Amino acid sequence: MSDTPDSIAPRALVAGHGDFAIGVVSAVDQITGRGGVLLPLSNRGLGADEIVRVLREAVISNDTQVIFTDLPAGSWTIAARRVQRERPDLVVVTGANLPALLDFVFQTDCSASVAARHSADKGRGALAVLGGGTGSGGAD
Amino acid sequence: MPIEICRIDDRLIHGQVVVGWGQPLDVKFIVLVDDEVATSDWEQELYRLGVSPGMDVYFETVASAADRFAALAADGRVGLLLTKDIETMERLVARVPAIRTINLGGLHARAGRRPKLRYVFLSPEEEQGLRALAARGITITAQDVPATRPIPIDDLLAEPRTP
Repeated sequence: MSDTPDSIAPRALVAGHGDFAIGVVSAVDQITGRGGVLLPLSNRGLGADEIVRVLREAVISNDTQVIFTDLPAGSWTIAARRVQRERPDLVVVTGANLPALLDFVFQTDCSASVAARHSADKGRGALAVLGGGTGSGGAD
Repeated sequence: MPIEICRIDDRLIHGQVVVGWGQPLDVKFIVLVDDEVATSDWEQELYRLGVSPGMDVYFETVASAADRFAALAADGRVGLLLTKDIETMERLVARVPAIRTINLGGLHARAGRRPKLRYVFLSPEEEQGLRALAARGITITAQDVPATRPIPIDDLLAEPRTP
């Protein structure tokens, strides 16, 4: 993590498979120096109940209002929905990507939930297909 | 096309199931066998959100799954059956002799379990349950995703094994 600014506290959790969260938060930090806004979590080696426990504890200990997950169909999203049932104020953003997270860490003058919704729009809009001819799979 | 895989996985519907197995096998329906989930609308909604568009999910108790198994196995589409633990699969197999292969996809660490693979941890009672299933002549292999090598049950239960 970058040392500057050093007063940044986690404002959202990023929960992903394997090293996805660690990697994408590292990228946010490299680009912005604000990786500390995001706390990465991995589900490696965890069963369903453990995933929920880890997520619940992370939400409570960091007083977090936002959870980003990588896969809409994944175990983190299932777990996030379970925690959300206990904490209806939580916002869960699925399919998180780097552009979304970059947007989130700069949304400092609004609530975390508003920032999350804004970042979801940003992440959705960042997906694009460039070049490649007609994309028919044959000779273009 | 029969039900392609009968899988034990404590995460039930999740990425490895829907994407890891679902896409290469072109799975079109999942049979989630769990007495608790089958009686909870909220749990069903939760798991239904996890599947891809065009993939059906059927929530069954052990009893209803046994009753419907023949019809589900005769479905023209590729199906995948899930239980979250060995005990549920044992109860199902006792009523459905047609189940001849079981995929051990994920039982993760918790108190009382010992590591067998990075995604399989077993208690002595669970080991006994797997042995009882194998004694029925059922082929059991551990395999989390299609790209990994299936581990036969005899190898899995052999001592010692490094996770």
